[in-house]
Amino acid sequence: MVAAVRSNSKAMVGALLLLLFVVVAAVPQLFTSIDTPDAHAFELGLPPSWDHPLGTTAFGQDIYAQLIYGTRQSLIIAVVVGGLATVLSVIVGVSAAYLGGATDSLLSAMTDVFLVVPTFPLIIVIAAYAGKGSLVVIIGVLVITGWSYGARQLRAQALSLRNRDFLESARVRGERRSYIIVCEVLPTMTSLILATFLGSALYAVLTAAGLQFIGLGDSSSLSWGTMLHWAQSNAALQSGQPLWVVAPGLCIALLGASFALLNYAFDEISNPALRPVRRSRGKRARS
Amino acid sequence: MRFLMHRLGFFALTLWAAITVNFFIPRLMPGDPASAMMARFHGRVNPAAIHAMEIAFGVDAQQSLWSQYVGYLHNTVTGNFGTSLTYFPLSVSSQIAQAVPWTLGLVGVATVLAFLGGTLIGTISGWRRGGTVDSIVPPVFVVTSALPYFWVGMMMILVFSVWTNGALPNDGAYSLDVVPGFTMPFITDVLRHALLPAMTVLITSIGGWILTMRNNMVTVLAEDYVRMGRAKGLSSRKIMYQYAARNALLPNLAGFAMSLGFVVAGAILVEYVFNYPGLGYMLLNAVNNLDYPLMQALFLMITVAVLVAVLICDFLTAWLDPRARSAS
Repeated sequence: MVAAVRSNSKAMVGALLLLLFVVVAAVPQLFTSIDTPDAHAFELGLPPSWDHPLGTTAFGQDIYAQLIYGTRQSLIIAVVVGGLATVLSVIVGVSAAYLGGATDSLLSAMTDVFLVVPTFPLIIVIAAYAGKGSLVVIIGVLVITGWSYGARQLRAQALSLRNRDFLESARVRGERRSYIIVCEVLPTMTSLILATFLGSALYAVLTAAGLQFIGLGDSSSLSWGTMLHWAQSNAALQSGQPLWVVAPGLCIALLGASFALLNYAFDEISNPALRPVRRSRGKRARS
Repeated sequence: MRFLMHRLGFFALTLWAAITVNFFIPRLMPGDPASAMMARFHGRVNPAAIHAMEIAFGVDAQQSLWSQYVGYLHNTVTGNFGTSLTYFPLSVSSQIAQAVPWTLGLVGVATVLAFLGGTLIGTISGWRRGGTVDSIVPPVFVVTSALPYFWVGMMMILVFSVWTNGALPNDGAYSLDVVPGFTMPFITDVLRHALLPAMTVLITSIGGWILTMRNNMVTVLAEDYVRMGRAKGLSSRKIMYQYAARNALLPNLAGFAMSLGFVVAGAILVEYVFNYPGLGYMLLNAVNNLDYPLMQALFLMITVAVLVAVLICDFLTAWLDPRARSAS
């Protein structure tokens, strides 16, 4: 798989971007000398300079330092929601396909309902009732609303695996059901499970940013979405501070793009029909 | 026929689920937000409106949960959503009726355009696989589909409104100095205001359609009937549009229905950024003002709109695809 990633330029770009964000989130101190990015420590609304590469906000915070320290929360939301939603998708999707019958009908109907109900308004309503959302509330609603797409795809693949010979032989060997699902079915589905994770992580990044942007996040904690919220409520665009808006949005877009690129590349790796056609004929003759 | 009955059943089930979720959310939340709201509201409304809200939010503890639920269902089905707090003393329904045309006009048109344009570009990209279009288009749109809608909207404002000294408006649906009516100045003014938000929806949603259509095309082009068409000596055009694209379109249509929820989410934020007076903008206003009756009614309205769109897609699929009609 490492070789496959290295030979695919989209996967390579996505992986490098993601690695960069992980490093920034893990050790933000390496990238900026400011360790209290929230403090109103500088002059208000400074243009970019040597001391403040992206200028300062209307509250006198260094925009670059805020970006660096905001990485952690965005990445945590992406990874935790991606992971939990994937686990939920696997449980629902695979058990629907494997148990069949009435259980399957019930779980599939549930999946379809979750799939078409517009989740974002629902999240807004829940977050409004729950008060301004803490990190836990946001992660919770994103997991509840984000698992259905993956579950549907995983169910379809698990269904197609159900009557394969290697599973039949495991059954004949007298293996337990749990053993067959965990040790035989799931490993064959690795690439789709990975794709589900990447898709849910992308969903989490964009939706969490949207929630924080409209002020339903925890507006005292630092994240790219909250930066945009404060920029918007201070009319940063109209008052000549475009960097305050451009920079955090670009970071969200880059983190999102890294998940999307990896996802698209894994699609190509696992489905050879979609790979780009090599145009040079000489290469093809030799291989 | 059986297919359509099945889909109608699904429509009813989903609608019921959405209404039920709507009923239980305020009851499950900690801190009893509804009672706090009712307390704020007392003495300002007539008793009938209070009673309707008591049913809607379960403040009236004397009633059993079941009779509250039945009362709520009855009120919802008859379109009685109560009184809005923000726009007091107007009813929630009348407020929503004002917002619907703006959202339908903006989001509806932009989404359909994105679908048609994306499908066309995807068709060309998949047909000339590895060609110029195909080597540029997919990677670009993988990236644009990861852009946050609201940020794209803000960038549009920055480039086309702030940097051009207000060449295009970025606020509201029409200028306050133009008299609303079916007149030329008003219509052009509305179109000018719709341009930037519509472009935002278009840019961020078109990528998804292009990518899925391209991948469907690639799969369909490997089918035997395409080879058969070639062997018969049909023109490329005919094979491309009538053989390949027609079949590749069907899964894309199903995908359209599936991703509408995502488009709606983006549209809410776009309306917020542009202060566009549609359902999404109203929803966020309702949240900020803790206007629970309006908020819940809006959630239901948006859900119904999406469900109807999904149903239309189902009918289209049934009409276009004989396999769907005959499937049990």
